[in-house]
Amino acid sequence: MRNRNLWLAIIGLLTVLALWVDFSETRIAIDFLGLHREIRTVLGLDLQGGIQILLEADVPPNQAVDRGNLEDTRRIIENRVNALGVSEPVVQVAGTRRIVVELPGITNLEQAVNTIKQTGLLEFVDAGALPIPEGTTIRTTLDVSLTGTVPLTATPTLPPTPTLTATPTLTETAPMIGTSPVTPTLQVYRTVMTGRNLRSARPELDEFRRPQVAFTLDAEGTRLFAEYTSRNVGRYLCIVLDKKVISCPVIEDAITQGQGVIRLGAESALADAEALAVTLRYGALPVPLKIVDTRNIGPTLGRESIQRSLIAGIVGFATVALFMILYYRLPGVLAVLALSLYAALVFAVFKLLPVTLTLPGIAGFVLSIGMAVDANILIFERLKEELRAGRNLTAAIEYGFERAWPSIRDSNISTLITCVILYIFGMNFGASMVRGFALTLAIGVAASLFTGIWVTRTFLHVLLDRLSAQAYRRWFGI
Amino acid sequence: MIDIIGKRYWYFALSLLVIIPGLISLLVYGLPLAIDYTGGSLMEIRLPSGLAVSSEEVIEIVRQVTGFNVADIRVQPSLQGTLIIRTREIDASMKTRLEEALRSRYGEIATERFESVGPTVGAEVTRGALVAVAMASLAIMLYLTFAFRHVPHAFRYGVAAVLALLHDVAVVTGTASIFGKVFGWEVDALFLTAVLTVIGFSVHDSIVVFDRIRENLIRYRGEPYDRIVNHSILQTLDRSINTQLTLIFTLVALLLFGGTTIRQFVATLLIGMISGTYSSIFNAAPILVVWEKREWRNWFRRPVEQTVP
Repeated sequence: MRNRNLWLAIIGLLTVLALWVDFSETRIAIDFLGLHREIRTVLGLDLQGGIQILLEADVPPNQAVDRGNLEDTRRIIENRVNALGVSEPVVQVAGTRRIVVELPGITNLEQAVNTIKQTGLLEFVDAGALPIPEGTTIRTTLDVSLTGTVPLTATPTLPPTPTLTATPTLTETAPMIGTSPVTPTLQVYRTVMTGRNLRSARPELDEFRRPQVAFTLDAEGTRLFAEYTSRNVGRYLCIVLDKKVISCPVIEDAITQGQGVIRLGAESALADAEALAVTLRYGALPVPLKIVDTRNIGPTLGRESIQRSLIAGIVGFATVALFMILYYRLPGVLAVLALSLYAALVFAVFKLLPVTLTLPGIAGFVLSIGMAVDANILIFERLKEELRAGRNLTAAIEYGFERAWPSIRDSNISTLITCVILYIFGMNFGASMVRGFALTLAIGVAASLFTGIWVTRTFLHVLLDRLSAQAYRRWFGI
Repeated sequence: MIDIIGKRYWYFALSLLVIIPGLISLLVYGLPLAIDYTGGSLMEIRLPSGLAVSSEEVIEIVRQVTGFNVADIRVQPSLQGTLIIRTREIDASMKTRLEEALRSRYGEIATERFESVGPTVGAEVTRGALVAVAMASLAIMLYLTFAFRHVPHAFRYGVAAVLALLHDVAVVTGTASIFGKVFGWEVDALFLTAVLTVIGFSVHDSIVVFDRIRENLIRYRGEPYDRIVNHSILQTLDRSINTQLTLIFTLVALLLFGGTTIRQFVATLLIGMISGTYSSIFNAAPILVVWEKREWRNWFRRPVEQTVP
């Protein structure tokens, strides 16, 4: 008896909590035991409109992609995407060689693609007899019209697919030494070579343990560099990323073999060499990427879908409720109560985790309403059987629950198995639609076990204490 | 008492009656694969209201912009008054040019949806789909064998449940093939989701019947196996029908009122769910009886030839 009241109290508390979460419209942040949670409904791209782009490593299919490189690439893309001003962009590694980018609320696909695919324009420019101070924005012959404004949204001038990979190989020396900066002029500098011709760049220490960056060039870069450096020894060659000067080393020797080092100033640390190498390399992404899948959903279609799903949910719920009450009478009413709690709970979990709601996800949720009563139907059918067999009500309820349990358990576990497989399948392809469905269905199954069994059982027992033995046959529809 | 087990071959025949036309359609027409599997682009545009356009004209515009063959371009009006343009894969800049071309001809158009899938992803999704179905079947078979480990021949229950679910997969894919031909349905990534969900539910139903058999085998020890199975089916019939009804209620609600983009997904689920309940009652449990009696020994033999061992 005390136990029962305890359960009832827990259920009551859960209901209040769930309803509170469900109906808090504004974003509420909860700090609880170091956990930080924002309560809000996250809508998928198909509901709020937006763009999804799936990028794949542009390497031969049998060549493995380094996990770390892929993660670096993801971070760079995330930075670029942030420049678009999207409210909640998602940039995730999907599987072993893909990155999925989701941009809610964005409609201009071409702009989004350009932002993601831009490689960061790396140039080596001829500075002449004087170096240019670091951080200066300059004009180059490569594209005079672009005077170095907002580098992140500039149109890419490099070919769409980056061709640099980060596999450094060299250490031969052909030293260049950076010197002190002088005031720049507003002249247009000549671009000797772009980052496209750079094959690798790697930080290292020379024999005196001074930091430097070793780099290698491709065939075209080797030719360009040999030609230029042999004629310009003693002059300055600046490294420029998106029209911004990164470093201005002096040319000490002709670099004819396509390999060289950039020696940093005396007070530099290895970290500086690392930073420069990263810039040189990542001007092109660490992993070359190509777009394999794009999806773009207009905002009106999404809005329409939300409304329709809501109506479908209400109609579905009402029909199931009506059926349960008409067929099972009193237990039916209890089941509907449990079902309401189920809906409130599941939606609260969606908001708390948060689960990104997609159209198939909502379908999964609505479908799970039909499924959530399955446990109740199993139990009530058992209950009726036991009552017909002449057991008294208390015993019948206990038997009903006990005997229905194995089939409820086995069937729900097998549904969970398929959910897991669906989820894994969806993960590999960045198919958020499939994943959303699997996740909502799985949460639904878990919640229905709780409401369908414990909640209904508690309700039944509590009511039973107040019911006369003569009345129950009618109440239970036998 | 209703005798379901006694008429088991009639029910098997009914299943075949539904499956065989589907399989023939699969062999002849194949599955109407969407760009999710084949690669390509899909563009759904909304034209200014009240404007009627001819598909030929749109195809011509698309051809001029993309340079594709007319055979690679399909234009189809949707039920929601939008226009769906399917082509080989096009990229973002070509999409913009296409929109501009359509806009200059028809006025203010809105792109409701644009999807573009590369051919390699398509091939991988197809392979992944088959692996997913195979893995789900295997996992369920193993789990059931484990769950029924105290029952004699536990393995049979797993196999019977999987045969029933393969039945449902056959029904759903066969129907998709026929509907693809008749109504222009397309099999997309969501179709696979539907199939896997149907698998989950089909097993749900099979388990409920099996579970009752498991219980009755102990309670009515010594009774003939087929009578126990039949009794178990009847005992769970109310539950099976009622659960099915609640599912049908929600699915029909989704079908009538839910989002238009998932209508085909919901319809697939509905067909699969009905098939799932049928196969659990009329196939899975009877298969257990067939196995118990080893009836396949008599399938190709006339009753008189009883001298041959």
